Amino acid sequence: MSIFEYNGSAVVAMVGKNCFAIASDRRLGVQLQTIATDFQRISKIHDHLFIGLSGLATDVQTLYQRLVFRHKLYQLREERDMKPETFASLVSAILYEKRFGPFLCQPVIAGLGDDNKPFICTMDSIGAKELAKDFVVSGTASESLYGACEAMFKPDMEAEELFETISQALLSSVDRDCLSGWGGHVYVVTPNEVKERILKGRMD
Amino acid sequence: MSQSIVDVSAKAGFSFDLCKRNEMLTQKGLKAPSFLKTGTTIVGLIFKDGVILGADTRATEGPIVADKNCEKIHYMAPNIYCCGTAADTEAVTDMVSSQLRLHRYETGRDSRVITALTLLKKHLFSYQGHVSAALVLGGVDITGPHLHTIDPNGLTETLPFATMGSGSLAAMSVFEAKYKEGLTRDEGIKLVAEAICSGIFNDLGSGSNVDICVITKGNKEYLRNYMEPNPRTYVSSKGYSFTKKTEVLLTKITPLLERVEITEVGEAMEE
Repeated sequence: MSIFEYNGSAVVAMVGKNCFAIASDRRLGVQLQTIATDFQRISKIHDHLFIGLSGLATDVQTLYQRLVFRHKLYQLREERDMKPETFASLVSAILYEKRFGPFLCQPVIAGLGDDNKPFICTMDSIGAKELAKDFVVSGTASESLYGACEAMFKPDMEAEELFETISQALLSSVDRDCLSGWGGHVYVVTPNEVKERILKGRMD
Repeated sequence: MSQSIVDVSAKAGFSFDLCKRNEMLTQKGLKAPSFLKTGTTIVGLIFKDGVILGADTRATEGPIVADKNCEKIHYMAPNIYCCGTAADTEAVTDMVSSQLRLHRYETGRDSRVITALTLLKKHLFSYQGHVSAALVLGGVDITGPHLHTIDPNGLTETLPFATMGSGSLAAMSVFEAKYKEGLTRDEGIKLVAEAICSGIFNDLGSGSNVDICVITKGNKEYLRNYMEPNPRTYVSSKGYSFTKKTEVLLTKITPLLERVEITEVGEAMEE
């Protein structure tokens, strides 16, 4: 079994018109046993920047704490929030530093940059950045997610339509993956508000 | 006050502190992760006035296409560009690019391709091939146009035309058949595009579009997506319609403060 299949996860982020959405599943398992159904995979870095981490849960939490630490130092020194592109470079550097003994997680970063332009990117476990203009996926359900997003995505969707699209893509993909599921957690971020929603999914 | 708790700016270079844990996990039967590789076709050739580099735009994660339009031609210096085939490439390229910039400031001269080559070669050799970056490096400096290939082990070759990556054989066949010295810019671009297309259509690890970079003395032209021979057909104009809406259990709305641009108007100093 691959190390990424130890805990199971599914994270996806999509770009809309001046907004973005990032969603994850909620299951935490130890191989085939489910031990939690409310695991937080997506975390806030600042109001307009979110990071979703898939992979080994212990590394997810450790890496998140390291990143929050670095961002707080940045805020103290620069007196402002980090831009999403800068943050992506920071995460990439932190992951590449451990090239030969990596953190076993794959981040998905989503944020609103200057002029409220949405930015999303994902990385493999050693920090190879993959910028995309439409959607990015990560986790054990990633193959299904690629297919679902490819079919359902449309450019320039408004916040409500984006929410519906990303939720349907997430739920239909995790339904085909034993290791992820038990509902969904979706954040839709526009320049004025953050809408966090918990979805009802199949509980198996 | 213990200062060893968290290392913010650790010493430069790789950190090996998770190696023991990862090995323990592997011994327990959990396979190590596979990294993002860019299967790829990358080529370069020297024409009459300079160097032309070309690359495809597909990034693969095992058998899945992770990115349909990634950028594989990386900036090293204003007159030097490099194409790469793996995740390690970006890190190595950025590192050498900053070393070159510092060198430019120190010497006050434009970077030479051979400098970039030596810096890359030394780094890759010292890691004995474990940093798996295979590169095609090309540029025009004061001594003229140069084209080199670099293996992950640190082996370098200086060539008039070169190909690397999983599609290198497909592209090399095109070069071997049609390359000649003293090509004009348009002939060179056409040949490079043909070689990359050969890689795109015949190699499974390469695909999508063709990126080209033309470097001449004092000028560079990056033609991103120069050719798009694989457009998405059959796009439904109706789009997807969801009959059943997602059931939401809980909604939490956090209004955000409006982002205000603060421009401080300075007051003139009083004499």
